Amino acid sequence: MEFTNEEILETVGMIADDKLDIRTVTLGISLFDCSDPDPAACARKIREKILTKGEKLSKKTKFVSDEYGLPIINKRISLTPISWVVPVADPAAFMEVANAVDKAAAEIGVDFVGGYTAMIQKGETSIDRALIEAMPEVLASTRRFCASVVLASTKAGINMDGCYTMSQVMKDTAGRTAEYDGIGCAKLVLFANAVEDNPFMAGAYYGAGESESSILVGVSGPGAVRRALERLGPDADLGEVAEAIKKTAFKITRAGELVGKKIAEQLGVSFGNLDLSLAPTPAEGDSVGQILETMGLAMPGAPGSTAALMMLNDAVKKGGLFASSSVGGLSGAFIPVSEDASMIEAAKVGAITIEKLEAMTSVCSVGLDMIAIPGDTSAETLAAIIADEMAIGCANNKTTAVRIIPAPGKDVGDFVHFGGLLGEAPVMAVSQVSADIFVKRGGRIPAPLQSLKN
Amino acid sequence: MGKNKKRIVVTVIGKDDVGIVAKVATALAENNINIIDINQKILGDEIFAMTLLADRMNSSLSLPTITAKLKESIKNMSLNVTVQDSEVFQYMHRV
Repeated sequence: MEFTNEEILETVGMIADDKLDIRTVTLGISLFDCSDPDPAACARKIREKILTKGEKLSKKTKFVSDEYGLPIINKRISLTPISWVVPVADPAAFMEVANAVDKAAAEIGVDFVGGYTAMIQKGETSIDRALIEAMPEVLASTRRFCASVVLASTKAGINMDGCYTMSQVMKDTAGRTAEYDGIGCAKLVLFANAVEDNPFMAGAYYGAGESESSILVGVSGPGAVRRALERLGPDADLGEVAEAIKKTAFKITRAGELVGKKIAEQLGVSFGNLDLSLAPTPAEGDSVGQILETMGLAMPGAPGSTAALMMLNDAVKKGGLFASSSVGGLSGAFIPVSEDASMIEAAKVGAITIEKLEAMTSVCSVGLDMIAIPGDTSAETLAAIIADEMAIGCANNKTTAVRIIPAPGKDVGDFVHFGGLLGEAPVMAVSQVSADIFVKRGGRIPAPLQSLKN
Repeated sequence: MGKNKKRIVVTVIGKDDVGIVAKVATALAENNINIIDINQKILGDEIFAMTLLADRMNSSLSLPTITAKLKESIKNMSLNVTVQDSEVFQYMHRV
């Protein structure tokens, strides 16, 4: 036969037992032709474009998933940042457009849309300010529209005023969604060095350099990587471990490339790129933390976690880059706390702390992700945590992000429940040492030096 | 890849029993699906594993329908059936 029994059974087993799946098929849609100074007209044009481009997304995705027997978990849409599309410095205009996007997404069966986005790494426009002013209400009153704000970049430095503003937006958003443990904040990502072709929510937006419309695929498969390492056993040295990760990443990536190309073909749009991220879900076995455990750490957060994660992240990229010529997006291992069973457990027993997570984000994508902190954390402390994460991205010329939930009325040891893929998380301790004066200075931290790096 | 376009890989795994291959082959034949190659093994003592390459050029059925018909053919047995376009194996296992 063209394929051996072992090859076929390996693939079937990866899907059935190791939960190999295509995490997301995201349709990027350019909105540059929808701009209109009349908010109602702008909202209508955006709605119509989403419906026209996206109406067949669910159907075609299901068709390709059935043909190849590869589960596709999420269908999503990423839009041109609407701060570039709505030319009106009025929060009400952004509210109107957000409602239209939310309704259009519901009509075509998409659970999340990315693109309520502003880029203020060097400063804000009056339009950015209006978008941000409307943000807490947009996140509280719409279900599907996800927000992201770029606060820093290696070339611009860190907008500290922006960090402070956004920490207040996060607290406001959490307060407005207090009934659901502040879930509004799960739809808000703050970035350093954001990428324009990320298919993963909540931080996806469709950048200025992208085509009219294209398919962006996010593959996953932490379970398949873990299984490969289990087969190696505890005696294999780390070179062999890296090799096994590369081989698995290669196969996962190929599956993603096939699905991406076929769906793009079916929809008549271009295949944009493939994001090689290992994205966990709360499901048993679908965990990045468990890969670290299989490597030999008792729990994620143990000394050695940063080293193990660096190797994992790097090996995934090396295997994936050989498998596809269309790699983009974030491409790395994700370590969201609430979405990963092993990370939840480690946080629960105190094996992992925010400080250790911060260190780990310097070697993987994407940042402090889905972490619940006490609701009474001050805006100043939150801004300082954001600034620290932005600094890691800035100095290392990589993407970093913050998606933290200051859970209203909750304290260390309490649990927050978001449900579904967003999972649940114990509220983690935040340092009580003040950074108030530093944060209140405001201004911009200049761009870091790119040479003499030691 | 053109000539592979209508090729499918059928995988049947589960508890061994008499007549599995015959039942699956009959169901495929009834739906105009031509078997090109077949591999069958008993893993351990009683786990049945079959992989089969077939051509569905002359069948108008969708893959979910083919899967449903194969499941029907072995419905009282403890077996799992998957049907996939062969291209997925080409992509994952061949450089």
